[in-house]
Amino acid sequence: MSDMLRGTVLFGIMAVLIVGTGFVQSWNSALLILNMGLVSAVMALGVNLQWGFAGLFNVGVMGFVALGGLATVLVSMPPVGAAWSAGAGRLFLALALAVAVMAAAILLWKRLRRGLRGWVVAALLVAGFFAFRAVFDPAVALIEAVDPAATGYLGGLGLPVVLAWPVGGLLAAGVAWLIGKTALGLRSDYLAIATLGIAEIIIAVIKNEDWLARGVKNVNGLPRPLPYEIDLQNDPGFVETAAGLGLDATTASTLYVKLGYGVMFTLVLVLLLVLAQLALKSPWGRMMRAIRDNETSARAMGKDVTRRHLQIFVLGSAICGIAGAMMTTLDGQLTPGTYQPLRYTFLIWVMVIVGGSGNNFGAVLGGFLIWFLWVQVEPIGQWLMYHVTYGMADGSWLKGHLLDSVQHMRLLTMGVILLLVLRFSPRGLLPER
Amino acid sequence: MEFLNGFVALANFVLIPAVAYGSQLALGALGVTLIYGILRFSNFAHGDTMAFGTMCTILVTWWLQGMGVSLGPLPTALLAIPFGIAGCAALILLTDRVVYRFYRVQRVKPVIMVIVSMGVMFIYNGITRFIIGTEDQNFADGERFIIGVRDFKTLTGLDEGLAIRTTQGITVVTAVIVVAALFWFLNRTRTGKSMRAYSDNEDLALLSGINPERVVMVTWLIVAALATIAGVLYGLDKSFKPFTYFQLLLPIFAAAIVGGLGSPLGAIAGGFVIAFSEVGVTYAWKKVLGYWMPESLAPDGLVQLMSTDYKFAVSFVILLIVLLFRPTGLFKGKSV
Repeated sequence: MSDMLRGTVLFGIMAVLIVGTGFVQSWNSALLILNMGLVSAVMALGVNLQWGFAGLFNVGVMGFVALGGLATVLVSMPPVGAAWSAGAGRLFLALALAVAVMAAAILLWKRLRRGLRGWVVAALLVAGFFAFRAVFDPAVALIEAVDPAATGYLGGLGLPVVLAWPVGGLLAAGVAWLIGKTALGLRSDYLAIATLGIAEIIIAVIKNEDWLARGVKNVNGLPRPLPYEIDLQNDPGFVETAAGLGLDATTASTLYVKLGYGVMFTLVLVLLLVLAQLALKSPWGRMMRAIRDNETSARAMGKDVTRRHLQIFVLGSAICGIAGAMMTTLDGQLTPGTYQPLRYTFLIWVMVIVGGSGNNFGAVLGGFLIWFLWVQVEPIGQWLMYHVTYGMADGSWLKGHLLDSVQHMRLLTMGVILLLVLRFSPRGLLPER
Repeated sequence: MEFLNGFVALANFVLIPAVAYGSQLALGALGVTLIYGILRFSNFAHGDTMAFGTMCTILVTWWLQGMGVSLGPLPTALLAIPFGIAGCAALILLTDRVVYRFYRVQRVKPVIMVIVSMGVMFIYNGITRFIIGTEDQNFADGERFIIGVRDFKTLTGLDEGLAIRTTQGITVVTAVIVVAALFWFLNRTRTGKSMRAYSDNEDLALLSGINPERVVMVTWLIVAALATIAGVLYGLDKSFKPFTYFQLLLPIFAAAIVGGLGSPLGAIAGGFVIAFSEVGVTYAWKKVLGYWMPESLAPDGLVQLMSTDYKFAVSFVILLIVLLFRPTGLFKGKSV
């Protein structure tokens, strides 16, 4: 079977699965799966760029996704004037101080002779840390004291929420650049541990720095790029059109909003997919794969491996950031407590491996398929468990336990799928050409 | 007196918890480092292996408690550990037979093995949650304290109290015994020596007639024991929650890398380095400094360098410093 045909058939099956969900369950759940599938596909594209193109083992996807979510808050929420006047100046002074200390430390490290410099730089960092805290802590206290139940943070810029998507990408790219500068020289599994740790730190910062995005108090009611359902239902024109299609206003409005998101996400995905495809086919893409397959010989050919790695690490992370911003926009709220590595890092990895690393279409397919399974394993498991426990006495301990534990089947299934694909089709469903 | 009071406060809030936590990390890191040395990959499933072994132990503990068996002042879980190890070993050996061996025979790149271990991680995680759920489980019983705050105060007449929990004492004693046994095994027995030979140079070891499958099996058995013991000790000391164990992966890896991957001695040193810095940086030093510094200089604030939620950041920063300035770790580890 040719690659083209294989791809068409697999994507066709995927479409049938989603449309089938629409017929069997409900069109709302089908569209939900589609929308999150689109977001997942974008994330998988980002990871595929890093792993499939360049062989970089990044398990900090969650961190970049969360940064995208943070960008949504920082861009779209209205600014909290009282908090800005209370402590913003002081806060930015503290942050500037921190940056200055870091810069001075790096400069000193480069300028001074060996021997003494370790102590000098360490002393500077320690002194800088205490100076930073002395300025920073009161500023934070001032900001967080402003109506803590509703705000207690600086708020955002009050710009249209769609702007947050590119900004999320930029934010993630900036952080990725910093990380790449320090960590990319490391061996593959050291890089894995390093990125795993960085993701945890990013989440810890978002959770604890309440002045930034309210931490675990969450930011609710993010502005939306689409009208609210309730407004649609009150719009006579919309109700009429819906009635013309044979739908009641409530269903029609929810479908309309979800379809709207679907269209927007599809645009982003197609754009990124085209770019990624162009990159893959370009000399740059071939160079990346050459570096991935044999770093030493690529280096011997005069390629600057470290810089190329940094470049693609930043690009891939930016895509994850965009996806994160899209997801938070879809949710309408930022809940830092829900970011878990299994869901936002390792699941994306499963998508890339199952879809086919090194193949952009494979990554997209993997994103859709794994997300579909992630959602549908639970109802399937429930159905299965219902029949397994059918013969058991009602109210027996085992029956209750089995029925309650169905939700954990997901992780098990994902692991089994990953291992099966790795074993029997290690290059994924749509292998790299 | 002031100085002694300060020291007791320091011991109570920093030294003792850090020693206990460090022992738990060291045992976990020993498992990671052994797998890295012999099987040559970073095992992402290690945290969940610990969770599974602990879960088996908890289930047996409950059963024992139900039967009315107890160790008196000591937690019943100690009796259940061998069963936990057996359960964990069975699962690991099955995993090796079904999953890892295929890739080992093919000699795939280490990074593929890491991805495979990601799959295993999902499965272990799912199994553990499926059987015991995601909730906190507290399974410590027996005497709570070796010495309580009040007893210590009346005993010594100091203002500051010192409490040593039974679980902390057990942790340290067990860790010492386990580590001693492990080093004796690796350095004195034939099997242990063949393991070290295999770790140093696989081809040479094969040429001299060492059976690789046997070495791998023994390694997994030891890893099962270490992971279960580390997990049970951590669970007794704090509490058991599958997600926490998954998160332990980071400090454990940090410990193993800081010490030098593949070096058992390094894993232990790394465990304590990480534990002491985590506890030290997140502790509010106000009390201790208040005793130690002249009254005029006593600090106003809490003198807490970072809030406890940033403890991951601490292990991570140490990890990064070591990686940047001494890539093979404190004790010379190996790099694949």
